[in-house]
Amino acid sequence: MKINILKSAIGCLTATGFLLSATASYAEDTLRIVSWGGAYQKGQSLGIFQPAAKAMGITVKEDTYGGISDVKLMVKSGADKFDIFSSGAGSCASGAAEGVLEKLDYSVIDVSDHLPGMYSDYCAGADIFSVVAAYNTDTYGEGNGPKTWADFYDVEKFPGTRAMRGKVDAQLETALLADGVPMDQVYTVLDSEEGIERALNKIRTIKPHIAVWWSSGAQHAQLMKDGEVDMTTGWNGRFDVAKEDGAKVAYDWQSGIMDWEGYGIPKGAKNKDLAMKYIAEMMKPEYMAEFAKYITYGPTNGKVYELGLMTDERARMMPSHPDNAKHQLTLSTEWYSKWRTIAAEMYTEMMTE
Amino acid sequence: MTIADMEKPNERGLQQVAANERLTFFGLTLPYLLMVTALIVVPVGWLFYLSFIGRDGSFSFENYERMIKSKAYIRIFLTTFKISILTTIICAAIGYPLAYFMSQLSRKWANICMIGVLIPFWTSLLVRTYAWLVLLQKKGLLNNMAIEMGIISEPIKLVHNTTGTLIGMVHIMLPFLILPLYANMRAIDKDTLKAASSLGATPTRAFWTVFFPLSLPGLLAGLLIVFVLCLGFYVTPAILGGGKVIMAAMKISSNIELYFSWGAASALGVVLLVVTGIILFIASKLVSMDQLGNR
Repeated sequence: MKINILKSAIGCLTATGFLLSATASYAEDTLRIVSWGGAYQKGQSLGIFQPAAKAMGITVKEDTYGGISDVKLMVKSGADKFDIFSSGAGSCASGAAEGVLEKLDYSVIDVSDHLPGMYSDYCAGADIFSVVAAYNTDTYGEGNGPKTWADFYDVEKFPGTRAMRGKVDAQLETALLADGVPMDQVYTVLDSEEGIERALNKIRTIKPHIAVWWSSGAQHAQLMKDGEVDMTTGWNGRFDVAKEDGAKVAYDWQSGIMDWEGYGIPKGAKNKDLAMKYIAEMMKPEYMAEFAKYITYGPTNGKVYELGLMTDERARMMPSHPDNAKHQLTLSTEWYSKWRTIAAEMYTEMMTE
Repeated sequence: MTIADMEKPNERGLQQVAANERLTFFGLTLPYLLMVTALIVVPVGWLFYLSFIGRDGSFSFENYERMIKSKAYIRIFLTTFKISILTTIICAAIGYPLAYFMSQLSRKWANICMIGVLIPFWTSLLVRTYAWLVLLQKKGLLNNMAIEMGIISEPIKLVHNTTGTLIGMVHIMLPFLILPLYANMRAIDKDTLKAASSLGATPTRAFWTVFFPLSLPGLLAGLLIVFVLCLGFYVTPAILGGGKVIMAAMKISSNIELYFSWGAASALGVVLLVVTGIILFIASKLVSMDQLGNR
């Protein structure tokens, strides 16, 4: 009996040793990437992550994560959990400001075909999404719901319950646009505490009509699906997926606020050079076109449209399609890296009043 | 032999035995004491330390200053205590009669009732919280049923507010109140009630003067557990509160995300811990547990 135990213990030890040496040699051509899960990461995985890994002959392991704070905490504590993360441009900018990201090497990563502004020193843009005002088509009728942010804030013309995000991101802009601030002035007005307060005051006017402060994309899609609220702010792709599932939901591009998502590398990532090459691979238009088949988030690489990699019908559903983009405000990552913390505290104060 | 030795012949021996016994008991509790030190004292100390570390990594009060500057923090603490107190009161109002009823049943029926209490207790908290969401929402089961039966014409707002949060939290917390209370009530000697009746007390009087005081230790233990657990609640208010009920735990998590530093979050934890400690201290002064036990 004792001998058996000893034998299996030795067996285990050797196996562990073998595994350890195996991972060590693996690590050379293995990358770990994290994203947001759900319908979004499913599209990324099938359209981009795995095909790109296959093309390069490397292994890419996927996981989900909780956002840029995870990157920060990981880097600060010296842990090593992933090599690349998928992140909103604004979050990426705040991570860069905290000094926890590797600067991207654009001599390796080719962004010459990227749409203007769709990449930064620390974040290589991968898809474009929009925050829109979605409404219930049962309540208002298809095409007769709130089209602009002014409509969203007009409780007399469009009575009904609303939902807004429980975090400040892309919410203040809606208030200022509704307040009649021209698109190109929004971030100028917001560039002071008074400006932020002006936006918050506008939100205060509809606060009694806000039934829910949502906290995730899955939640705002569900709120529309269940008819819990009549309109909400939220990400266009989630509403399109909900609509395919039979939700009575529609939105108009006039209410869009465009934002983009990209890839970043945490400071000190062990496989930095390979990560850089992999990001370069993922920037190719064919992957972006494939991703957009799963969820309506448009490519950052202009070549996708030029090469006709997407059907015209599908292309028209993308936030970045020229016909849709022309109505929209583009989210300023600069503003967020400067003001996000202050604005977030003021926003919470408004919410708890 | 002195006179003292004559009066207490074995005093020295007894003292020796008592001292040895104390040492043995101390030895036996040592593993636990070490565990408490490692798992509670050290982390809480670390929490205190971190709360004084600013964003640039140096010693600073900025994490506490922020809490004074923004009204949101005081409101969040008030909400936390309000929700916790309300949940505790409702739990007591529902749980006490139920535990009393169960304690009067035969063992067999009491056990069957106990299963009813324990099954939800063993079900995942997240599952139960989402189940409430499905039941309570605008076009949820309850509202639809009430509308179809003609009880109401417009759906009632049952969730995404304080009401929904309380319903969910009471449901989750109820077993924590019932279990200690029921155990306590079972242990009460029924003959004391008979004695009260034989001395001419009405059933109501016998209950209030005999049974209720005897059940207080169990009730207080239950109330304490419920109240303290409520203070740290995260999932249920986050889902059923619809962003309108922001409790301390939720702000702690959002501060980590907002400030990228443990300090901003630990300061909230420290304040919550200290305020809770003060409240419990005052409560223990008002109602002494020992006194109740000795009655």
